[in-house]
Amino acid sequence: MTRLEKVVEDTAVELLRIAATELSREYVEAMQRGFDETEGAVGRSQLGNILENVEIARESSKPMCQDTGVVAFMVRLGDEFPLRSDLKQILVEATRRATREVPLRPNAVDMFSGNTGDNVGLKGHVPILYIDLIPGDGIELTAMPKGGGSTNVAAHRMLKPGLGWKGVKQFIIEAVANAGSLGCPPYFVGVGIGGGEDLCMTLAKRALLRPFGVWNEDQRVAKIERELLQKVNRLGIGAMGLGEGPTALDLHIEMAARHPASLPVGVVISCWALRHARATVSRDGVVEIDKSG
Amino acid sequence: MEYHLKTPVPESQLRRLKMGDLVYVTGTVITARDEAHLKALDLHERGEAPPVDFGGVCIFHCGPIMRKEGDEWTVVAAGPTTSARMEIFQDNFIEAFRPAIIIGKGGMGDRTAAACGKFGCVYSAFTGGAALLAARGIKRVRDVFWLEELGMPECLWVYEVEDFGPMIVTIDSHGNNMTKDVKDQVTARMKSIMEELRDRHD
Repeated sequence: MTRLEKVVEDTAVELLRIAATELSREYVEAMQRGFDETEGAVGRSQLGNILENVEIARESSKPMCQDTGVVAFMVRLGDEFPLRSDLKQILVEATRRATREVPLRPNAVDMFSGNTGDNVGLKGHVPILYIDLIPGDGIELTAMPKGGGSTNVAAHRMLKPGLGWKGVKQFIIEAVANAGSLGCPPYFVGVGIGGGEDLCMTLAKRALLRPFGVWNEDQRVAKIERELLQKVNRLGIGAMGLGEGPTALDLHIEMAARHPASLPVGVVISCWALRHARATVSRDGVVEIDKSG
Repeated sequence: MEYHLKTPVPESQLRRLKMGDLVYVTGTVITARDEAHLKALDLHERGEAPPVDFGGVCIFHCGPIMRKEGDEWTVVAAGPTTSARMEIFQDNFIEAFRPAIIIGKGGMGDRTAAACGKFGCVYSAFTGGAALLAARGIKRVRDVFWLEELGMPECLWVYEVEDFGPMIVTIDSHGNNMTKDVKDQVTARMKSIMEELRDRHD
């Protein structure tokens, strides 16, 4: 193993540890504001428990939730970065190591032989890898493990294009209402519109990674994000679905062009524990870690 | 009201609990998720007993992270999982084994609420994801069953707990279900938001 391979593997392990154990400050602060603004004792107890739990996780470097999720990495790979196809095996090995060292719960299940025990699954699909090619000589790695509860409330629909924005908005509100208490609110909501049946879901998942409180750069989309965040909060699902406190802390929309006959919409929801951590590694192995939300 | 209960919890105490009450438990908590429920019920149907008695204790919808140090198991993180998945057989489980408290997150439905009423059981919600807060209340791992067969998240972990909580009773034995109440309110609000959107012309 070369030195650079070792650096990338160590960095990926560290990113999985940070993601599992340290909730980004921006999210903690948003949760704290939610706590301060909540009057009911039930809602306050839930948000208070979350805040206390997050603090224990940070201090003890233990996973904030026992569901440490299915492991995914977003990779932005520079043209001149020396590692190419070997990266996959490096990230698989990092996943195995993090499972032992953090530790993470084994969450990769084979339908025939059961839990694989190391978070690495069938035919190389798990850990999930999203790879973008970019100019430059570095690599940007984002670890994004995602739990089962909020993954199960994702929603997808191929709308009739004639329904337009009205239909899109209705579907998003319906998706959050249906998620209800099941995915551990307060939620972060990611939406992908256009691009086909698969891309809209990927865009929705990636939308969760846009920095906290940053609206879409297209002002027309940003206006809809603000409107929908306000509307989903009016649903009143509340912390843990008990009717008090915020329903969603942030909502991001990513857009792609669509087929004239299709209007695909994907909604990916994250629980309050929106876990991710990002780092860049230069071609000579210099690592910079970014923990912001 | 706030209650500090000890297992085995007698039915008379369980009947006193009302929706919205805060509870802490000392005694035995056993984790069981989808697979463990299925396996226990399967044994019961065949007239065989599961390896541990669920009567009067807490059933925790939880797939923990455990670590073995020497011969001792310790809990790393142990928060609740989504209880709704157990709705399809929780009533049968309550009838067969008569647990005192079902602990989970996200709430449960009509079938479980009916079984709670009939057999004097309650469902209490532990904050979802608060796995370290939960782990803090677990003092000892007394036993583990079905680990080889079902794996770490799905097997039965038998915990001794002390003041495990706080939990909120969301289904009591008197027909109340907080999750259902909130759901009905959310559906009503959703309808009015949908109407607003439909009637708007922009």
